[in-house]
Amino acid sequence: MGNKQTIFTAQQLDAYQDCTYFTRKEILRLFYRYRDLAPQLVPLDYTNHPDVKLPYELIGSMPELKDNPFRQRIAEVFSEDGQGNMTLNDFLDMFSVLSEMAPRDLKAYYAFKIYDFNDDDFICKSDLEKTLNKLTRNELTEDEVRMVCEKVIDEADLDNDGRLSLEDFQHMIVRAPDFLRYRNSDT
Amino acid sequence: MPRKRDVDEVEVEIDEDSDSDDGRSKRKPNRRQGAGRGGGGARGRGRGRGKKQDSDDEEEEAQRGRGRGANKRKPAKKKGGSDDDDESEDEAPKKKKGGAAKKKKGGKAQDSDDDDSDDDKQKKGKKGGKKGGKDEDNGKGKKGDAKGKDKGKDKDDDKKKKKKKGDSSDDDDSDDEEEEESMSEGEMARLMEEVEEKKKLIANIRTKPWRMQRRLVVLKEAQEFVDKFEGALGKGKGRKWYAYKVMMMKKWIKFQRDFENFRTACIPWERKIKEVESHFGSSVASYFIFLRWMYGMNLVLFGLTFGLVVIPEVLMGLPYGSIPRKTVPRAEQDTAQDYSVLMDFNGYCKYSVLFYGYYNDQRTVGLLKFRLPLSYLMVGIGSFGYSLMLVIRTMAKNADVGGGDGEEGEFTFAWKMFTSWDYLIGNSETADNKYASITTSFKESIVDEQENQKDENIHLRRFLRVLANFLITCSLGGSGYLIYFVVKRSQEFANRTDLSWYEKNELEIIMSLLGLVCPPLFETIAELEDYHPRIALKWQLGRIFALFLGNLYTFLFALFDEVNTKLEEEESIKNASIWALKEYYANYSRMFNDTDTTPPPMNPADVIRGPCWETAVGIEFVKLTVSDIQVSYLTILIMDFARAVIVRFLNYCWCWDLEAGFPSYGEFDISGNVLGLVFNQGMIWMGAFYAPGLVGINVLRLLSSMYYQCWAVMATNVPHERVFKASKSNNFYMGLLLLILFLSLLPVVYTIMSLPPSFDCGPFSGKNKMYDVVMETIDLDLPAFMGTLFSYAANPGLIIPAVLLMVLAIYYLNSTSEAYQNSNMELKKKMQMARDEEKNRRNNKDSTNQVLKDLEDLLPNRSLAPPAPPEPEKAADERPTKTKPGSAGKGVNLQKDVALASPNPNALGPVNRQPGPRGPGAGGGRGRGRGAPPR
Repeated sequence: MGNKQTIFTAQQLDAYQDCTYFTRKEILRLFYRYRDLAPQLVPLDYTNHPDVKLPYELIGSMPELKDNPFRQRIAEVFSEDGQGNMTLNDFLDMFSVLSEMAPRDLKAYYAFKIYDFNDDDFICKSDLEKTLNKLTRNELTEDEVRMVCEKVIDEADLDNDGRLSLEDFQHMIVRAPDFLRYRNSDT
Repeated sequence: MPRKRDVDEVEVEIDEDSDSDDGRSKRKPNRRQGAGRGGGGARGRGRGRGKKQDSDDEEEEAQRGRGRGANKRKPAKKKGGSDDDDESEDEAPKKKKGGAAKKKKGGKAQDSDDDDSDDDKQKKGKKGGKKGGKDEDNGKGKKGDAKGKDKGKDKDDDKKKKKKKGDSSDDDDSDDEEEEESMSEGEMARLMEEVEEKKKLIANIRTKPWRMQRRLVVLKEAQEFVDKFEGALGKGKGRKWYAYKVMMMKKWIKFQRDFENFRTACIPWERKIKEVESHFGSSVASYFIFLRWMYGMNLVLFGLTFGLVVIPEVLMGLPYGSIPRKTVPRAEQDTAQDYSVLMDFNGYCKYSVLFYGYYNDQRTVGLLKFRLPLSYLMVGIGSFGYSLMLVIRTMAKNADVGGGDGEEGEFTFAWKMFTSWDYLIGNSETADNKYASITTSFKESIVDEQENQKDENIHLRRFLRVLANFLITCSLGGSGYLIYFVVKRSQEFANRTDLSWYEKNELEIIMSLLGLVCPPLFETIAELEDYHPRIALKWQLGRIFALFLGNLYTFLFALFDEVNTKLEEEESIKNASIWALKEYYANYSRMFNDTDTTPPPMNPADVIRGPCWETAVGIEFVKLTVSDIQVSYLTILIMDFARAVIVRFLNYCWCWDLEAGFPSYGEFDISGNVLGLVFNQGMIWMGAFYAPGLVGINVLRLLSSMYYQCWAVMATNVPHERVFKASKSNNFYMGLLLLILFLSLLPVVYTIMSLPPSFDCGPFSGKNKMYDVVMETIDLDLPAFMGTLFSYAANPGLIIPAVLLMVLAIYYLNSTSEAYQNSNMELKKKMQMARDEEKNRRNNKDSTNQVLKDLEDLLPNRSLAPPAPPEPEKAADERPTKTKPGSAGKGVNLQKDVALASPNPNALGPVNRQPGPRGPGAGGGRGRGRGAPPR
């Protein structure tokens, strides 16, 4: 693990531990993961908060995200600039939320943001279609897609405005038996 | 719940007021309470606060996102003056009070949390609704109005804030306040509260959906605050204890997590099964999961049997060849090593630890004085007990999973859409499989859905189903009679010696033929019924189950016949050998004048011995199991593999398309495989008592078939044409297993309780009944009073009341569970109704909106003749029946109707008059505004 003190100060590490669901070791491991993506960009000294961002191309190529149909969305949601370019903080944030220690509510909140492709704070039909096509790699026919989307809205849309708000989404998702199990990602 | 969009200003104000009134009235007494009690109350409040902060920020964020775009969230956070902050800060104490009030009552933090989150939802919903209203109004030129609404609210908030200033505990201002004030008792308590709250914040900061940067800043502030003021509070007695508790909690969570990781890492074949699942859908995977479950259970049985029976006997018992029962008889020794003999489990196999007869009746073996016979009996019974417990527990757990959380089917598609991706996938091949499996599962659901909507000639279908059932009952009866007939004939054959090969094996041949022919026949007949594949599978399973059960019990009866003849034979041998022994001893004592009984100097291989029916039964079961394994493996090899090879390679030079046409590739036969597994397990349960080695064989079989079948299914089978999903809990399989368990329990218990064990083989030789071994242990090894205790316990006078009591307990539990079920159903129904009502209300609004639009279209024409009154009139008439969900929204919507129509001066007259008198009524119609005084 090298000399820890040169990367983070003890306070920084403690703060990160308080702010994420990781232990000190995991944070350092994550840092190395982050750094390994672009060793020439990321300095080994984070004590003075250097302003480093890794482009989405690098983030999206991580094995954890590489095969994820929503990788672009995930990166966009967790990155500060909304473009998928991540600072170390964003990076830790992302893994913290995706880790299995994170509570349902938090996950549900971010899940909503991830599925809300057009950032309008509602999951509307086009979002659903996008989600479905990403999930099935466009293997469903248009009729099937339409039917599934209609069913989803019919099931989960409590206020009948034809789209899912955060409350609808949470109401639906926290009851899902698979939700916690499937949205895990460990480092 | 989200409010309606078209709330007008008055309503908002009313709401706010009533809310704040509530807050204030609750707050005051509670405040005292908090101050007086110090720590406890403080913690509760802190909890409430932590939660509220969370929600506020969410709100804030959402609002900002809505207002300006997602990026500029951070900078404005600490500005006390901005509208958003005011709002959220102000709602905070109110909410907190609510939480604290709850806290006081229940003492459980959970309550307050729930309450708070509910509150949050309402608030958020309200805000969302208002925003929505604003958006909508923008289009209609009512922007100013909407703005005014918001402002009005803000003003209101400000006012409240001032009122609450004294005890509002916001981050910055209150810090300063706190510093200035002297440390009276109450202040101390409050400060402690603050610190506690900050600590809560520190502990919970990771649960906030903020950017990391902001979290770090807030965290730092909170920590500084705690550092600064904790000293002032002094080191309370509870503090250290609390810190310790927090630390231990952390460690415990960590341990749990590690343990969970370890446990999931221990589950074998996860990837294999996932792979199968991705290609063949969850129904095929459910078979493999079942197989894995069986493997786990058998592993435990194997551990019990080998650890407590086989290995002690091998290590500590007498070695092979020392006593007759452990030696191959002289007559058999020549052929004892022949392959064919060994394959029949005769020869050396028969006289090995695999079978009952090998075990000695020594009361204790080895240095440890291990009571082997007792252990043998206990393991036999314990295996059943364990299996029973496990099956029932699994069933209960499955049922729990099925009915526990959200209602089945309420969110099928939504869940599938949002939770089906496995975020752990880090392997492109798996990802491909996952895509395939998700697509499959969507298709499954679509099939299900279409199935629901299908609606055809019901009479024809009913007739066909009845017909199919009739046919199947006929064939079941026919096969039953055939077996009965064959068994009768075989009993006749048993007396003859000149039998052909067919006549000798008639029973087995007929049974296998039936097993081979009937299931496809049933399947063909089942086509008539046209059930959903999942239901069809169950029917098929049930029918084949009935068939197999017939076979199994015929086999058992045949076996019992054999046992009875063996018992008679044994009796005569026993008498003869006892007679011989007595003679020998008589001669011995007469010749040497010595009463010391030394056994006759005979080679153990030459001793006359009985037939040992237990070993014979054990051999039958082992043979059956092995032949079952052979048949099933060969079937896979021929029916699936060879077929697949032929289809695949002959397709190049064949006159029709083999792959798409007649032979095609095989489908995985779920029902047959599951039943095979279940019946195999039945054999194991029945046979394990007489052949302890059977469990080991079964473990090997399950292990190999896991790999073999996984390979076979992936290599040679094609997915079912209509992929369908296994029912969520595979309790059906478990139910079958439970039934088989009972059925196999019966004969074993019968033999243990009623048949006398063989006199010269097995751990119970020399006893009248097998369970005598327990009596013996009680008499010899336990203190005397235990013996009397047991004799009392075995007294019918005690047993009958005990049984009665149990029956009563069952009755009681049953009726309570029924009552719970009823109330559960009631609650579910209520929830559904509430949802429907909500939906209908919205629906209605939508529909009225439609009407509205039509109205709007009509408006210009109406300028000449205003026929408007009838319609509002009608709506007004409907208003009193507002309890009905359908009409709930109407009164409200008409107001909007008015507002929208107002630009047209002609329409204004007749319609606008309406709201005046209707005002309060409309307010009453609204869900939340009910009961609030108009202002």
